[in-house]
Order: sequence, then C-alpha cells, then structure tokens
Amino acid sequence: MRVPGIIYASDKLMKVMGKDESPKQVANVAQLPGIVTHSLAMPDMHWGYGFPIGGVAAFDINDGIVSPGGVGYDINCGCRLVATNLRRDEIRPQMAKIVNALFQHVPSGVGSRGDLKLSRSEEKRVLVEGARWAVKNGYGSQGDLESMEDGGCLPGADPEAVSERALERGKDQVGTLGSGNHFLEVEIVEEIFDKAVASALGLEVGQVAVLIHSGSRGLGHQVCDDYLAKLVKHVDKIGINLPDRQLACAYIQSTEGQQYLSAMACAANYAWANRQMLMHWTGEALEKALAMGPRELGMRLVYDVCHNIAKIEEHVVDGKKMTLCVHRKGATRAFPPGHPALPQKFRKTGQPVLIPGDMGTGSYVLVGTEKAMEKTFGSTCHGAGRVLSRAAAIKASKGRSIRREMEDRGVLVMSAAKGTLAEEIPEAYKDIDEVVNVVHGAGLSRKVAKLRAVGCIKG
Amino acid sequence: MKPYKTFDHTADLGLAITGASEEVLFANAAFAVFDIITDLGRVEPRETRRVLVEGDSREDLFINFLREILYLYNGERWLLKELRVITIDEKALEAEARGEPFDGRKHEICKEIKAVTYHQAQVRNTPDGWAARVIFDV
Repeated sequence: MRVPGIIYASDKLMKVMGKDESPKQVANVAQLPGIVTHSLAMPDMHWGYGFPIGGVAAFDINDGIVSPGGVGYDINCGCRLVATNLRRDEIRPQMAKIVNALFQHVPSGVGSRGDLKLSRSEEKRVLVEGARWAVKNGYGSQGDLESMEDGGCLPGADPEAVSERALERGKDQVGTLGSGNHFLEVEIVEEIFDKAVASALGLEVGQVAVLIHSGSRGLGHQVCDDYLAKLVKHVDKIGINLPDRQLACAYIQSTEGQQYLSAMACAANYAWANRQMLMHWTGEALEKALAMGPRELGMRLVYDVCHNIAKIEEHVVDGKKMTLCVHRKGATRAFPPGHPALPQKFRKTGQPVLIPGDMGTGSYVLVGTEKAMEKTFGSTCHGAGRVLSRAAAIKASKGRSIRREMEDRGVLVMSAAKGTLAEEIPEAYKDIDEVVNVVHGAGLSRKVAKLRAVGCIKG
Repeated sequence: MKPYKTFDHTADLGLAITGASEEVLFANAAFAVFDIITDLGRVEPRETRRVLVEGDSREDLFINFLREILYLYNGERWLLKELRVITIDEKALEAEARGEPFDGRKHEICKEIKAVTYHQAQVRNTPDGWAARVIFDV
C-alpha cells in the first residue's frame, strides 16, 4: 500500500461492512500510482469490482492515474431532487393516479428505450453539451443548469473518443430511467434539521418533491467497457502491477488517460441530458394526473449530483495547493459554503448533497462542509449501500407480496419487472439513517432535511 | 441440469460455468447469459451470426467473448439461442451463434446484464472438466 486506508463507519455498520471483500478493495486502491494521502471509503461501502462502492481516491494530476473502474460502469449515475408547490394533503387522494401517470409517461424498465431517437450528429451534440442540449431542445429552463454539478456539462468531452458501439447503445435511451436500482420517487419533506438552509433551498415540511435516480444508460456502460478492455492491455505494456485487473488504469497525462477522460465526460454529459429529460416528463405526467398547469405545479430543480465520476479539482494537501483527479465511485461531492466551483445561489449554503435510501424509504438532503474538503477531498456518501446480495434478497422475499408490504408502509410502488422489487427490498440495504448520521457526525456533510417516500416507480 | 450456477456478489451477479471441453465451456457460458436474460423456450434459431474474438490469455479471451455475446443483445437487440465453437486456442475463438432479433410481442426480457467484469474472473482446466467463474454488472 502506498497510502493508508480510512473507512468511515459506526460500530453497527462495521459489523456488516467487514463481512465482504470491500475492506480489501480499499487496500487494493491504495496501491495505485499517484494516490494522494488516503484510500477512502464512505459508510455506505460495499463490495464492488476493482474499487469498492462508496470509494473515494484522489490522484496527483502530474504522476497519478485515472481508472475507469474507479468511476464505474454507470458513468455519472446520480440523483436529482425536484421540489413542487404541492402539499402532502393535496396529493394523498390522488396517489394512485399520480404513480400510474408517472409509470406510463416516463420510460422505465430493462433496456428501456425512449420516444426520442437521436441521429448520430445530434447524439454527439448531447455528448458535448449535456443538460444544455436538453434545455436548448425545450426540456426545462436555463435556470435549471445552475442547480447541477458543473452546470450539467463537463468540459473536455470529445465524441471521437466514444466508440460506434457506445453511440449505437445510446441513440434511443436518452430520457429513460433504466432498470436495477434506478427509480423515480414521489416524496414528502418530513423533517427539517437546518431551517435557514432548507428555506434557502426552497424546502419546507409537508411539501411534495420528486427524486430521480438514473445515469448514462447503455452508453456509459459501453464507454467503461471499451476503456477497460483497452487499459487492461495498456497496464501490461507500461508495467503497472495490479492486484485486480478491474483496476486497469492509465496515467492522467498519457494519451490513453486523456482519451478516457474525454469519453467519460461524454457519458457524464449524456447522463445529465437524461436526467433533465426525465424531470421534464415527470412534470408532464404530474400536470396530466392532477389537471394542473406548470405554474400551479411549480416544479423546480433543487439540485442534481453525480455519484460515479472522476473530476479534476483543486485541493489543499499538507498545506500545498494541488490539482487532483478525484474518483468518486458511489460517493458524492460535498463542497462547502464559499467554494469557488459553486454558483452564487449556493455560496452561502454550501453544495446540496442528495442521499437516497432504499426503495420506498425516502431520502436526505445535506450540504457540503469545510471538513469534507480537509478529510475526504470534498466527498461524502451516496446512499444506503447494499448488505444483501440480489440472490439473497430474492430468497428473503419469497412468498411475500413486496408491493403490498410497501403499500402498508404508505408507499405506492409500480415496477416494470417483477423481480426488481424482490431484489430491492428494504432489508437488502443498510439503514439510511445510520449511514447519514455517520457522515453528519464525522462532519463530512450536514443534515438539512429528511424526505419520506409515498410513491415509487422502479425500472 | 443446467451447466451453470449463480453465486453471490453483494451488488451483482456471479456465474460459475462448467463444460466437458473448452469448446463446451464457452458454448455453455453463452447459453447461461441468455438463459438469464430471457426465456430461451421462446427464442428460435432462425438466424446465424459469426462471432470472432481475440484475447491475450484464456481469461482475457473468455471476458472478450462474453463482451461480444452481451453486445448481441445490449447493442443489437438480438437473442442468442445456441452457440457452437468452431475453433479455439488460448488467444482466438471463432464461433457460430444462432438466434433471432428481439421481438417484444414474442420474447420477454427477465433480467438485464449490463456488463462483464474482470473482477475475480477465472478459467480453469480441472480433472473434472473445464470451469469458469465471472461476475457481471447487472
């Protein structure tokens, strides 16, 4: 190991976290060239391949590496929270109608394809412009861009670095939710921890909001897969010894490293366009279900975060300013108040951080802190994190009606595939309250609000 | 009995595949992938596709092979019913896949397999035949 590893956890979480191979993966990441200070893991850590899920690692831009496995297959998988003017009591009698309308209107499920089929030249524009492309084409408004990391567009995206196969997979999936752990949830603001910040973000108790969790779909997967294949060969050639081939990487300054970063930016931009369109269709579905105009509905983007990404950022290490490539694989950026990368509207509050729980639980809104800058390269957790494998979850849900159980808890669920509900049962995940309390307690981000789910669309 | 078993990985899907020979192992791996993706009873071997793959080692070849097999559905929306290996050595494989294009009225997609990973991948020739282990992103 070139640097030590640090896992943020509570005693209770550590009991489950230590059981799988994720601690070993933290150690494996610590062996990669150019890693700075520590190999880190957040309290939602679990066994991934290569990097652990919940892993954070920063590499010196001059002599460090970038690794597609440190970003993950679903490049810029992320969350966005959309607030509305609706109140809990208004929607209660309409929930069946709302969930139905969302399910009909927002394409979801295995291999879901959208109504929009992009020509190659248009698709390449999506890859370069990200959410800006969506806004230009009538999905949402210019103001939304301020409420996304990097304004919904990573610079340096070069479609020439993206394979024909990736473009083929991406041509008809923009504006689709996908399957697996991706979802769209109707939530109610249940508790406020920081009144001033919540109010600045436009959140109050009893308010209805929508949380969207999706990423770069087949395009992102193909980009990761293409570069893994390429870099597995590359590391042999340049003589980097890896404990796991899934950690294949290239020096940031090399042609291969730069190419991956260009392709990764394309996939990240695709994901932002995707979530922007999903938000637009969510609005349309709600308007239809509630027979309401957009003004009355009052949909507004609170924030959009990515939790699978590598970014070039400035950090202070041992009192020295350094440019680093920060990998967050199942981890969220958490920049503090006053950080220059934040737009004016978040300079006082700090960057909003969105942490979804398991299916039908709800989510947390937090804000970034100075402590996160000092300790974790401005990073925090990304969700509850699995404890049960999918197979074990299916076994545990045998003979149960998960839909009914969720309904009894006050959450209306619709899913494209029956199996998904069984795989995503609440007990398959860690306790979200426990995970969030660890990052709050460690000062990596600060609790602002808690939301409770009342409706959920699963892929 | 099916020529594969699933094993647990926290977030994803592990497959342990066996075969009497290397050719059969690769054919069984292709079968396993599509047996999980769809109900193969409803897929007919109406079309033939040639699969050509190269790799630096047996494991590398196996992963690259699974990449190609997965792309048939993920990229081309084509469902594989069966596969026959024509030639194979440590670094190259030629095979013939038979199946048909996905048709939403006829076929069902039970599970999405999004990618194949290198994590803990193994291909071994054992006294009892050939065996492979691989983890997929789902």
